[in-house]
Amino acid sequence: MFKLRRRLLKGGSVATLLSPLVGTGLLTPTGVFATEWNRNAFAARNINDALKAYGSANTTESRDILINAPEIAENGAKVEIEISSNIENTRSLAIFADKNPTPLAAIMEFSGPALPYARVQLKLAETTRVRTMVKTLDGKTYVAFREIKVTLGGCGA
Amino acid sequence: MGEPIKIRAQIKGEITEIRILMQHPMETGQRKDEDGQTLAAHFIQSFSVSHNSKPMIDGQLNTSIAKNPLFAFKARGIKTGDKLTVNWQDNTGDKRQDEITVS
Repeated sequence: MFKLRRRLLKGGSVATLLSPLVGTGLLTPTGVFATEWNRNAFAARNINDALKAYGSANTTESRDILINAPEIAENGAKVEIEISSNIENTRSLAIFADKNPTPLAAIMEFSGPALPYARVQLKLAETTRVRTMVKTLDGKTYVAFREIKVTLGGCGA
Repeated sequence: MGEPIKIRAQIKGEITEIRILMQHPMETGQRKDEDGQTLAAHFIQSFSVSHNSKPMIDGQLNTSIAKNPLFAFKARGIKTGDKLTVNWQDNTGDKRQDEITVS
């Protein structure tokens, strides 16, 4: 079973099909981490593929997602953004930088005493739109956008 | 093993701010060294933050997170004496776990 699961997960798209099973306890991830690294979504080379792999169809734009970021980042190697959600039952926050070579930067899931808030330091390759996506416990998806101008790209850093 | 994770928790009334510094090269796999050889990707893929051994934040990261990244989170109702544990694992299988007692 274990080897089979490894093989299935390496099979790429199969992992997406199996991932709903993880929550049901039919497939329990190993180690201390609750979720397997979402290889399909993180490896996607453009924003549309990344959004598709992350499973964010029917997204509603929301003013209840706050993004605090510099308008101009002089050095793309370290750009701090602060994100939070006032949407009820927020389960996770994901950050995408549309023009980065791999746009999906982070996914964070919150439970127990943790509030849906994070300050994260990104590398930005060039001036880009950054989007924060919220998924709720009842499976809804919301998004907010922010443009960040980058003077010096962070890919060589 | 990696360098120690630096964890700071600051109780501000009901809300506690938790700052976490993970010392890691976060190499993208796109940079080249002086000889023109591509440097292999080396980055934290997963991390978790637990409060008194119960998971409360579960994160997945990509190469586009900055080198030696600092994160900040917020939690409600953390008390002095509580334990906060942070784990990470990178794409080479390297791991690190550190814990603090909130003071």
